[in-house]
Amino acid sequence: MYPASFKVFVPKSLDEALELLAKYGEEAKVLAGGHSLIPLMRLRLVKPKYVIYIGKIPGLSYIREEGGVIRIGAMTTHNEIEESQLLKEKNPLLSETASHIGDLQVRNMGTIGGSLAHADPAADYPAALTALEADVVLKSAKGERVLKVSDFIQGPYLTDLRPDELLVEVRVPVLSGAFGTSYKKLYFRAGDFAIVGVAALVELSPEGSFKRVRVALTGVGEKPVRARGVEEELEGKEASEEAIAKAAERAKEGLNPPSDIRASSEYRREMSVVLTRRALIEALRRARERLKSQ
Amino acid sequence: MEGEGLEVVEVSMKVNGKPVKAKVPARMLLVHFLRDVLGLTGTHVGCDTSNCGACTVIMNGKAVKSCTVFAFMADGAEILTIEGLAQNGKLHPIQEAFWENHGLQCGFCTPGMIMTLYDFLNRNPEPTEEEVRRAIEGNLCRCTGYVNIVRSALAAAEKMRAVGRWVKGGA
Repeated sequence: MYPASFKVFVPKSLDEALELLAKYGEEAKVLAGGHSLIPLMRLRLVKPKYVIYIGKIPGLSYIREEGGVIRIGAMTTHNEIEESQLLKEKNPLLSETASHIGDLQVRNMGTIGGSLAHADPAADYPAALTALEADVVLKSAKGERVLKVSDFIQGPYLTDLRPDELLVEVRVPVLSGAFGTSYKKLYFRAGDFAIVGVAALVELSPEGSFKRVRVALTGVGEKPVRARGVEEELEGKEASEEAIAKAAERAKEGLNPPSDIRASSEYRREMSVVLTRRALIEALRRARERLKSQ
Repeated sequence: MEGEGLEVVEVSMKVNGKPVKAKVPARMLLVHFLRDVLGLTGTHVGCDTSNCGACTVIMNGKAVKSCTVFAFMADGAEILTIEGLAQNGKLHPIQEAFWENHGLQCGFCTPGMIMTLYDFLNRNPEPTEEEVRRAIEGNLCRCTGYVNIVRSALAAAEKMRAVGRWVKGGA
């Protein structure tokens, strides 16, 4: 038995979980699908006194459209997000991103809430959720906060989640118009984290120029970053692959990625440009297909 | 609410169709529950780091790495392990396909490979070779016998389509 001893609570309702967090939050870890927390506990890098398992609370796993946004419950698995017809139609960037996480078994258990609360700096979702300007909903016994994902994630494994709060929902927009999206992930071993991951969203005007461009990167810094230089360079311009190739050079502006055993900082900077170009070209192709069929 | 929290948890689940009940330490992993408490040693411990997939079992119809699940998380679940695949002395089509196509060399990764494919082939009865390769991304074979494993998976898909034997869920 490799994890250190702990005491577990298995609340049957959200209110019960929030009460437990109010009381034990400082010394407790919330357990969802377990695919970030259990590996850390097995290595004894994390030794919580209490574990609060939220898997038996009904109503924390859902994907539904309400008032122009898609709400995703914290316990929704990567596999459910990958296979959701609703997301495939109305926000394919998130389902495509989910399909790149870990492997089949990991996606069967890992949850979007757990992944975000863990905030690995090379995780896949943060790129997509930053590009989508998505929200997270945090609940405590005292009330509710809604934050942008880009504000929620503060650094490597560091979020704005307070000890008495539970991440309960992620909200992404319903995409409309002539949009196209793409997530490009660079990795060398099956199932690995991203060396660099780039999420792109392109929306075309009826005449075929870039109406809206969003690009966000993961794995290149302490937290996900928007490539605002690339976005500015393209928005309003006539859409072309040449324009993308030129603008993508700006993806590395201001980046100072970490060096580690898998890649050097310099390599990550260069690959940021390459993957931004590839993601935008694919997003543009998909947006053009949608424009044609509209 | 359970006062100060539980260090020992009572769990009940169905394993290979049989109801089981036990008191387990909260920190016990599902793979150790299956192997050490129930004696089902067909589920292997490989890497201990959630990478290799040798410990893969089916939980409520889906392939999971049982080294990355606490036993108490499986309370109320239906679990299927490699021991539960053969029925009435007849091997499951995936097992047959591995046998016939030399899909195992040392055999250590085989139970995990087969359980992952059980989930995958139930969802995708007509996979391409590329899809099979992607499906077993989370299962490592250190004999590097992937060619025959992929061949076995494709043969298994064909067998399963032919006999129409769709065993859904955990049983």
